[in-house]
Amino acid sequence: MAILVDVPTLDERVGRRSVAQNLLGRPEVGALVGAIVLFVFFSAAAPVFLQPNSFATVLYGSSTFGIMAVAVSLLMIGGEFDLSAGVAVISSALTASLFSWYFSMNLWVGVGLALIVSLLIGFVNGWILMKTKLPSFIVTLATFLMLTGLNLALTRLIGGSVATPSIASMDGFQSARAVFANSFTIGGMDLKSPILIWIVLVVIASWLLLRTKIGNWIFAVGGDENAARAVGVPVRATKIGLFMGVGFCGWVLGMHNLFAFDSVQSGEGIGNEFLYIIAAVIGGCLLTGGYGSAIGGAIGAFIFGMANKGIVYAEWNPDWFKFFLGLMLLLATIVNLIVKRRAELK
Amino acid sequence: MSTGQINQQPLLHNEQDPPAPTPVHLMELDGVGKHYGNIIALSDVTMTVDQGRVTCVLGDNGAGKSTLIKIIAGLHQHDEGTFRILGQERRLTSPREALDAGIASVYQDLAVVPLMPIWRNFFLGSELTVGKGPFKRLDVKRMKTVTKKELADMGIDLRDVNQPIGQLSGGERQCVAIARAVYFGAKALILDEPTAALGVKQSGVVLRYILQARDRGLGVIFITHNPHHAYPVGDSFLLLKRGRSIGSYDKKDIELDELTGLMAGGAELQELAHELADLGGYPDVVREVQADVDVEVTSAE
Ligand SMILES: Nc1ncnc2c1ncn2[C@@H]1O[C@H](COP(=O)(O)OP(=O)(O)O)[C@@H](O)[C@H]1O
Ligand SMILES: [Mg+2]
Repeated sequence: MAILVDVPTLDERVGRRSVAQNLLGRPEVGALVGAIVLFVFFSAAAPVFLQPNSFATVLYGSSTFGIMAVAVSLLMIGGEFDLSAGVAVISSALTASLFSWYFSMNLWVGVGLALIVSLLIGFVNGWILMKTKLPSFIVTLATFLMLTGLNLALTRLIGGSVATPSIASMDGFQSARAVFANSFTIGGMDLKSPILIWIVLVVIASWLLLRTKIGNWIFAVGGDENAARAVGVPVRATKIGLFMGVGFCGWVLGMHNLFAFDSVQSGEGIGNEFLYIIAAVIGGCLLTGGYGSAIGGAIGAFIFGMANKGIVYAEWNPDWFKFFLGLMLLLATIVNLIVKRRAELK
Repeated sequence: MSTGQINQQPLLHNEQDPPAPTPVHLMELDGVGKHYGNIIALSDVTMTVDQGRVTCVLGDNGAGKSTLIKIIAGLHQHDEGTFRILGQERRLTSPREALDAGIASVYQDLAVVPLMPIWRNFFLGSELTVGKGPFKRLDVKRMKTVTKKELADMGIDLRDVNQPIGQLSGGERQCVAIARAVYFGAKALILDEPTAALGVKQSGVVLRYILQARDRGLGVIFITHNPHHAYPVGDSFLLLKRGRSIGSYDKKDIELDELTGLMAGGAELQELAHELADLGGYPDVVREVQADVDVEVTSAE
């Protein structure tokens, strides 16, 4: 047997991989192709689509899915789901708004409390999951139902209505709005702050995933939990941390929703958890865990934003959106499957 | 510490040297037992593991082999008996604790994550990092180089450390896991049926790495149900059956065919021969089985 003395990084048995082949091995490539196709399609179908401000609106729409899709993608790579992610966003906004309103306190106190509540929801999801070893589908379905009920019941109990009372005149409103719901102009585009937050989160998540120990652990707990545990990966902490990441992103989005207006509807958020999961799957995250990327989730959310707004710009009936979504999901999953098989064979 | 007919020779000794007087074993199990609810998976098992030696644990499916090594690897805790590492009584409560005590395991179901690249798997749970605070990051370059080099040193010539480890053959994956244990300074290496799913050639490759690990001074526990794999590499043999030890031998005290006979169990072979005859099995095969039984019975006496 030949012992390599001067170890080359590649040897002759690895046929030279072309750039294209390397690219095909990335989890998000299917989504990228889909995004380009969709972009070209809507640009042709609706010329308005390409105007800077329409594009800014598309980006904004994408970011409100995308912020959550970042955390949900990481969670999915870690092998779990969170069905409570949609309503937890609203829970966070309700906490900040109702608490400050009821006690007539500076809104920043409510914002801080909302962060704690959001992280706690994530922690509880993860902790119950690890304690009971039940599937996350069941555990988070239970929290989803409980939070839905709590959102409605407490809002009515405290504020007396299905929507929270206006907080526009309260202390801290302007400064909180400046942080969570600002807008700025770049290159003639009127961009809203969630876009920036989204991009920052995607960058941080990518770095975390690919360049830190924690990222290694996330792939490992999703890929094979038992193997990960056997080599000493802190499986419990990693999974709980991932759920808390969803909590954190839920807080960010919840605060944006609250301060973009001044009131929250307590019944909102239901069904959004699926949109986040769909964005992650379209973005190439493997439903069974262990494979995917943060960028992929972001592209998934962008596809989403394009379809959502593109249909409006093309002046079609928005009823078609869900159909589109389903089709996209199906195509994306098939493309991902093919890409993954090819990547594994090469 | 008596387990019936077991040969109670001090284990730290080989055929050339006189018995070494050192009494501190790398690991020592004494009367260890374990039950899962009311299922007794293991009872009263005694064994020792020493540096630079291969201890084989043999037994049929369900004999309790995996249970035994899960206790040593920190995945389960024993209910009876004592477990000592370097003379100190221990009860390991997590694989991390076992790793910190220098015990590395390569599992039957392979402790690797198939979709992750080889280099990420190699360092999983013990990643190398550079930088400080929030900028602490994986030292990707060094991890790749070390992986490539360590594997080459073990004689494992890999194509590309970036490929998902799931693309490797079963034997290659076992070898990566062994090389990883050696690199991280394990004192003891546990292998749970590493050759069970492998072909003849690949099994040979794995057996060679077992010897390499031994020559690097590790104490190896090699679990298998195949005496033909155990005998060539083992220094001592512990035989398990239905959770109990049915014998423990040094290499010089036992021959391969005796080991095989003990494994199969003379009485059971006899029974099988009758059964086959009753079922109308091929007469010559039945006769062969019968002959095996005879050889086994005479050599055991
Ligand atoms: N987690 C468990 N719960 C209940 N019974 C178990 C468990 N693990 C193993 N057993 C039982 O203990 C016995 C020994 O199993 P094991 O140690 O896996 O045997 P081996 O590895 O030698 O095939 C078997 O009868 C098996 O069914
Ligand atoms: Mg077993």
